[in-house]
Amino acid sequence: MLIADLSRPGRNNASQAPAAVAVNDLPAHLLRKSAPDLPQVSEMDAVRHYTRLSQKNFSIDTHFYPLGSCTMKYNPRAANALAMLPQFLGRHPSADAATGQGVLACLYELQEMLKDVTGMAGVSLTPMAGAHGEFAGVAMIRAYHDARGDAARTEILVPDAAHGTNPATAVMCGYSVREIPTNREGDVDIEALKAAVGPHTAGLMLTNPSTLGVFEKQIQAIQQVVHEAGGLTYYDGANLNAILGRVKPGDMGFDVIHMNLHKTFSTPHGGGGPGAGPVGVSERLLPFMPIPVVGKAGDSYRWLDEKDIPQSIGRMSAHMGNLGVLLRAYVYARLLGRDGMHRVAEFATLNANYLMAELRKAGFEVAYPTRRASHEFIVSLKKLRDETGISAMDVAKRLLDKGFHAPTTYFPLLVPECLLIEPTETESRETLDRFVDALKEILHEARTDAELVKGAPYSTPVRRLDDVKAARELDLTWRMVGR
Amino acid sequence: MNIPSDLKYTASHEWVRVEGDGTVTVGITDHAQDLLGDMVFVENPAAGRKLKAGEECAVVESVKAASDVYAPIAGEVVDANSDVEASPELINQDAYGAWMFRIKPDNAADVDALLDAAGYKAQVESEAH
Repeated sequence: MLIADLSRPGRNNASQAPAAVAVNDLPAHLLRKSAPDLPQVSEMDAVRHYTRLSQKNFSIDTHFYPLGSCTMKYNPRAANALAMLPQFLGRHPSADAATGQGVLACLYELQEMLKDVTGMAGVSLTPMAGAHGEFAGVAMIRAYHDARGDAARTEILVPDAAHGTNPATAVMCGYSVREIPTNREGDVDIEALKAAVGPHTAGLMLTNPSTLGVFEKQIQAIQQVVHEAGGLTYYDGANLNAILGRVKPGDMGFDVIHMNLHKTFSTPHGGGGPGAGPVGVSERLLPFMPIPVVGKAGDSYRWLDEKDIPQSIGRMSAHMGNLGVLLRAYVYARLLGRDGMHRVAEFATLNANYLMAELRKAGFEVAYPTRRASHEFIVSLKKLRDETGISAMDVAKRLLDKGFHAPTTYFPLLVPECLLIEPTETESRETLDRFVDALKEILHEARTDAELVKGAPYSTPVRRLDDVKAARELDLTWRMVGR
Repeated sequence: MNIPSDLKYTASHEWVRVEGDGTVTVGITDHAQDLLGDMVFVENPAAGRKLKAGEECAVVESVKAASDVYAPIAGEVVDANSDVEASPELINQDAYGAWMFRIKPDNAADVDALLDAAGYKAQVESEAH
């Protein structure tokens, strides 16, 4: 039910309505003649409506959410409370830096902490999402080659295991994309990489650990191949949680990285936002960082802009990026400290490897059995589908009935009928065990009552959705007029 | 596995049929549609477009993924099947009936270098594990 359906003429809240304000500085022809057609409901109806909607949510606050590659970890309330201080909320982004030394200090320290934990020479906080950060990163690669007059570099290399945003980013930055195959072990095929690089190579985009949930063993060799060809290397920070504080992308030799603060630094996400995708750069890309960046001179902070960084690729957002997200990430980082960040990676990988081992014992087939999991791993249900007709999607839907958010399904594309499972470090062993039990039950159901699994879910506010119809007839609007 | 013996194949899961007039018809294999799942969108190349062998020239999108379709051989597009663009599910129903586009080959002999049914079957099986 939509709130408009609850609307009854005249059922409005006079006590909460703003006082009528005489608008006399707009031309008469621009003033509307009648009130807008807004829902008219009592306060209680409004409260009940939105409370019910919130109860339909499947969220990290209510359920285990092992959505691979998305790092759905608990969002500490302290980060929220501090980022919501009225001094932050009430500050105008264009206000003078002299009156905002506190917020600038927070952002400066966040830049420094991110530099430290990633081993990069500089960090700009302004990109407002992971893909936005990717765009900034590849735009810097382009700016670097352009500044050297090296116009022959027209190609970005992307492993076939990559997130789809990588090739999309390269194309958005005017590059063509060449796909590099993955070997049986889940690593980049180094011989194929050697054959692909050359004077046309602008760079390589790599996720490490990869989307296959394994750490790229030949990272040094990969760096050498690309750098010797004159290309730069881009680290996609999608899986930074697995190595946070343990391995630094800067030490691996990357020239540019983006971080998903909404994942690794635990700010609320899901449903499309809001995110923050800061970029970190090596020395040679420092001149191209997106502006503004917070600078510090003595004890005072100020925004560095095009006067300070004249070769900058420019601005990624209207002001300083998603301040509310950056502040939450800052508080999270301060709460953890350096030692805490080490433990994030340790427990994220421990939880993933525990879950992987328990699921193997329960009869599930993992995609890369010879490899230790990073912070996530892949189960392939191909044999189950061949045997029972039950697909990865059926299992995912049935998990909802058991009180768990489904893992990522059908990604990465390299593994048929796959579930990509990422438990994160914030879940207890008891929760992981309950998840294993639920999957064991579903395995049993698939073999004894396949129709039950195919019909799932039964307990959710809406049942199985029509994916095909949704994709073909996407309609996100609700029209009050002409209903 | 449904792999008709009278067709030619590519490792990237296109099927190719040589027509009586020397043109070749291209679609995606039954195995490919099975991996992709329910189709929601098909984009074919325009007639008249010159294709290089291996060039990305069409897109199929399912509820799981969007996937490029590659030109099996070099040539010029002479026709595209608007029926599969209007009703992408035709590919799920009959992958070998729901052709996507036709090419006039630059060199008719190029087809000979493509995989035969046994070669494609071996290719699919090697990918399975």
